[in-house]
Amino acid sequence: MASLTKISDLEYLKLNKFQKIICCILRFFVSIPTKFANLFKKIGRGFKTAGLAVANEFKDICLTFVNGDWKTRISFVIMGFGSIARGQIMRGILFFLFEVVFIVYTALYGVYWIGKLTFKDLTPTSTQMAVTTVAGIDIETETVVYGDNTLQIMIYGVLSILFIICFIYTWRLNIKQNKLGQQYLKSGKKLKKAKDDLKSLLDDQFHKTVLALPVLGIVIFTVVPIILMIMVAFTNYDYNHTPPTNLFEWVGLDNFNQLVTWDNGTTGFAATFGELLCWTLIWAFFATFTNYFLGMLVAMAINKKGIKLKKMWRGILVLTIAVPQFVSLLYVSKMFADNGLINNKLMDMGIISQAIPFWTNPTMARVMVILINIWVGIPYLMLITTGVLMNIPADLYESARIDGANPVQQYFKITLPYMLFVTGPYLLTSFTANMNNFNVIYLLTGGAPYTLTDGAGKTDLLITWLYRLTVTNNQYNLAAVIGIMVFIVVALISLVVYNVMPSIKNEEDFQ
Amino acid sequence: MKQPSSIKRSRMVANAAIYVLLTVISVVWLIPFVFILLQSFRVENTWQVGYVLPKEWGIDNYTKLFTDTSFLKWYGNTLIIACANAVLQTLMVMLMSYGLSRLRFKGRKLLMNIMLILGMFPGFLTMIILYWVLKDLGLTQEGAIPGLILVYFASSGMGYYVSKGFFDTIPKSLDEAARVDGATRFQVLYKVTLPLSKPIIIYTVLTAFMAPWADYIFASYVAFGTSSGYNVAVGLYSWLTKDMINNYFTTFCAGGVCVAIPITVLFMLLQKYYVEGVTGGAVKG
Repeated sequence: MASLTKISDLEYLKLNKFQKIICCILRFFVSIPTKFANLFKKIGRGFKTAGLAVANEFKDICLTFVNGDWKTRISFVIMGFGSIARGQIMRGILFFLFEVVFIVYTALYGVYWIGKLTFKDLTPTSTQMAVTTVAGIDIETETVVYGDNTLQIMIYGVLSILFIICFIYTWRLNIKQNKLGQQYLKSGKKLKKAKDDLKSLLDDQFHKTVLALPVLGIVIFTVVPIILMIMVAFTNYDYNHTPPTNLFEWVGLDNFNQLVTWDNGTTGFAATFGELLCWTLIWAFFATFTNYFLGMLVAMAINKKGIKLKKMWRGILVLTIAVPQFVSLLYVSKMFADNGLINNKLMDMGIISQAIPFWTNPTMARVMVILINIWVGIPYLMLITTGVLMNIPADLYESARIDGANPVQQYFKITLPYMLFVTGPYLLTSFTANMNNFNVIYLLTGGAPYTLTDGAGKTDLLITWLYRLTVTNNQYNLAAVIGIMVFIVVALISLVVYNVMPSIKNEEDFQ
Repeated sequence: MKQPSSIKRSRMVANAAIYVLLTVISVVWLIPFVFILLQSFRVENTWQVGYVLPKEWGIDNYTKLFTDTSFLKWYGNTLIIACANAVLQTLMVMLMSYGLSRLRFKGRKLLMNIMLILGMFPGFLTMIILYWVLKDLGLTQEGAIPGLILVYFASSGMGYYVSKGFFDTIPKSLDEAARVDGATRFQVLYKVTLPLSKPIIIYTVLTAFMAPWADYIFASYVAFGTSSGYNVAVGLYSWLTKDMINNYFTTFCAGGVCVAIPITVLFMLLQKYYVEGVTGGAVKG
């Protein structure tokens, strides 16, 4: 067997079909270590380039100082000075204003918040008793004095650090400007005026204008929260430590330790996590591939020559996309409930004497969500695959038919390889989207039956568990850990698919 | 050329089988909607019944929906969110995808890779922090509507894939010709690309408009426990909890119909653009 992986291409061609498949699979597994090695090399190279870039920047800064005139040198301390002195008033003033704002903010707030980030020596929230005497009667009033709020400290601390990074970048920009200004003047060119700057924002620099708003939104509403949530994973922020009344603190890797400690083998956080991770992967696999193949089947059936009313069939399926999922899914969920329509009907007809436990039996519930997800997903997949199917060159089928291939052979030799090739990236994104498919699971079962610890149920995906840990259990630290784990799993799958798959894909050229 | 009759017959059998299959599929796919519609007209309003056709027909559920419940409020909330989102999200997505597709600048690949990586975090993760920030700003519970709009559109630039795929298909030579004639990049966008982008703009507006109607996860968290801040999904979901379902199941069906009909009509009108977007976007990944 092992020799199969080392054979030459010529020998490979001589093999029979079965051996070829085995050879492919073996080659795939043998190549994994090399692929990973290459990946790490790539990462290493990335670090090296980044290090070199930083070193170059430093060198450039030093050189600018050494070669610079007095205007440039003063700009190292007073930002924008050089620009103003060289006549670029607008730029200079903006640089200068930014520096002033930065210094004022950092001195007044930034240092304060960053200093508190260690979460040491904080003032806890306390209640003070005050006794006031009104008309000879002592009245005790309790007032709550809020102390520090660790969540607030974290948010402002991180924002302050980001602000410092922003300042360093601007400072660097300011120095670059000075260097360029000096060079331009020396070579006798004219410097850009503010009007030119504004004009270039609609022309050469148009990307800055276009991207500023979306990127800003992403930084504030995605990047910063993600950084903060990663930090929360290293704290004990849960129902016992909810600021401002009970402060949370840093606990290092404790939360991650819970993932690898098995309390008594079958229960506990680690066991629940393991079980749900497995189910999430199984779910994502089935949800992706059942929809994919059945959707393709339906699309092919509608596309088949001689089938009339194509528009109507398609229209009926597309109609179901329009109805918001929560209406249809909630209704279907209640339809299959223990005392819902289906069970009641069957009992009335005397077919069954006891309700079928669609949602209460774990295995049945899992099968049901996959089946109903097919119902949800086929219309989308039908649309997507219809487009691709029509793009397959008709002469491929023509020649196959002349060679005497029957429809099944045509499907496996032409349709399937072509589809997999074209929709490969889509399959990957849809796999990861299914791992985070909140709506279908939450609206159908809500995760039930709840037989696992930590509020998890048998049909829970990691994402619905994360939701419940947050909303009902208030275990934000564990939710953050799960979020990070989901990221790691998704990233690993994507990395493997992107790095390993092409080698297999290249081999399946269409015959 | 006349085909042999056996081939003809086998083709007819195959087609007949397909017709049967398609009919079964259509029935299965439409049944829940027909059921919802029928039950919304059912006067006897317990939910545990073993029949579909109402024994007594009437519009009681609809009158109850509009007079006794906060459904209109939820409907209004969702409509406001959907309209605002349709405008703002489209703007963000268009800017982002145009910038990444038609303009070339340093750090473009890096930006795309960073967004790819950010997209691998579960979206709800950021919500925990955002909730506290929004709460500080008074944008939760009663103020949930502006809060939700902010959450939906602010980082929507990350969903640029489909529209970038569209912009990629517009020939570069058009831009270059305009540039040679002395147009600035802004003029290229305004005078060349924009007039060609009608399909993708309609697609983006349609998806951005439809998304808030179905969102449960963010809406339930931001409006937590305050009925006046619910959207339709959260509101109707609350009727299906154990102690509500007996009185509200048929009302839920009526509400579902009220939500589904306008959206379905809109969707059917703009279906062409939706199909183009979905098929185009998937193929390019």
